Amino acid sequence: MNDLWYTVLTILIVFGALQGIAGFLVYVERKVCAFMQQRLGPNRVGPAGLLQVLADGIKFFLKEETLPSRGDKFIFLLAPCIAFATAMLAFSVVPFGPTDPTAYESSYQFVIAPNVDIGILLLFAISSLAVYGIILGGWASNNKYSMLGGLRSSAQVISYEIPMVLSILGIVLMTGSLNLERIIWQQTHVSATTGTWNIFLQPLAFLLFMISSFAECNRLPFDLPESEQELIGGYHTEYNAMKLAFFFIGEYVNMIISCFLMVILFFGGWHLPWIAAEDSPWILKLIVFAGKVTAFILFYMVIRWTLPRFRFDQLMSLAWKVLIPLALVNLVCVMVVKELAWSLWLLPLVTIAALIGTAGLALLPENKEVTV
Amino acid sequence: MPITETDVRWVSPPKMGLLEKLYLPAIAQGIQTTVKYVFQPKVTQQFPEERPDLPANYRGVHRLNRDEQGRVKCVACYMCSTACPAHCIDIVAAPSPWPDREKYPEVFVIDELRCIYCGMCEQACPCDAIELTSLFDLTGLSREEMMFDKEKLLSVFDQTVPLGKDPVRTKAGKLSGCSEPM
Repeated sequence: MNDLWYTVLTILIVFGALQGIAGFLVYVERKVCAFMQQRLGPNRVGPAGLLQVLADGIKFFLKEETLPSRGDKFIFLLAPCIAFATAMLAFSVVPFGPTDPTAYESSYQFVIAPNVDIGILLLFAISSLAVYGIILGGWASNNKYSMLGGLRSSAQVISYEIPMVLSILGIVLMTGSLNLERIIWQQTHVSATTGTWNIFLQPLAFLLFMISSFAECNRLPFDLPESEQELIGGYHTEYNAMKLAFFFIGEYVNMIISCFLMVILFFGGWHLPWIAAEDSPWILKLIVFAGKVTAFILFYMVIRWTLPRFRFDQLMSLAWKVLIPLALVNLVCVMVVKELAWSLWLLPLVTIAALIGTAGLALLPENKEVTV
Repeated sequence: MPITETDVRWVSPPKMGLLEKLYLPAIAQGIQTTVKYVFQPKVTQQFPEERPDLPANYRGVHRLNRDEQGRVKCVACYMCSTACPAHCIDIVAAPSPWPDREKYPEVFVIDELRCIYCGMCEQACPCDAIELTSLFDLTGLSREEMMFDKEKLLSVFDQTVPLGKDPVRTKAGKLSGCSEPM
């Protein structure tokens, strides 16, 4: 009974906080992009424009809800709900604070569903369901541009799921478990004060995961499906008011989950050497975790407003011709090292050599016409 | 005649070395540039608090000039109304009460909504009587309100002379025998 109350309370707090933060991220994105373009961004509504989120929220609530006259109305309304619901569901296994996989019953765990042994698998499975939201949204809009946007986006999302999962398999092999809390524990428990973050052991996997998660969230440089210049808005052209807000919140929550995953899988979660070790107070660990995730979210935004967009064929050939082979090479290296019980520090050397070797392969004369 | 070999210059895209093929150093350089701009001064002009600095010949709302004695300079010659491409100037001339000119405008109405702010009336006037000022944020609550009559145009003069944005004086009045130039 005690556990049920704790879980319900955690769900309520996390639900509210996630949506609030997703709304706030819209404001942060506008401010960050404005500052990078030497202008000021929203600064009229409230002090420094902080109430802009409220203004946008009220606008979304009060606008007229339209439906296309000849599309499928039920699916039209269902699509943003799927996008939103899968994003929120996927957060149920993501730890957002200090967790201890060795003491589940005794202490409070900062995760909605503790001790889920298939944590990562569940998360990827639910995120794959989000493709339905995009396809159905493009189809039900009864608009050829939305249809094209939806098809392109679904092709992109399912193509990039493969290198995403393959790159994570190396981490899972090293840790021996799919449980997210155990992955954090493995990184922090090895040595008492410093720990070994997975970024130092598998930097190539981090690079592949980061690129794939940019594509999964439909963020630039992979946002062709929702680009205004090419497709007039892509799969969310016909949506307005609250339905569009659901799509946007779903996209931002996906982004937040990707940042959380990167921190958990590669950067040690709540751990910071000598400052937030295993015996520090939980509030310090929470702050360190939140700080790292914020840094990653800001990095996402900087990348969005720096890089130009990929063309669709460049996008697909990047996934299939570059990322999947590299992910397989990474996986083979991890398997060999684990099987022969060599030192784990061989991994970063071999994987970085593989990355540079692949770049060198593209420079060979017979490969010159490959455009990536 | 065919082009000779020496006239042809072959160009090709720059060769990509290993570092360029990796794409990561170029991305890092791009991020460096963008982040550098975060800390540079912003070019936004906060409008209602900071007004723009307009040049002297800016074509805004019209005004009718007064001469040194405070009389309206216009002699109702109809040149501005003839030159106007939008036909927005209405003048009714009357015998002038002052001895040094024959006519003066009894009624002088400009429809500011029809006007295209081209400045032809300002160019056509031989007396430097009608000018376009630097007022650009003109609003009104009804169409009738935006038809400026003579008093309104003279009041625009009274308001804008202290602003210091007067157009360049041509001294045309001295040459064409109109009221004395300002």
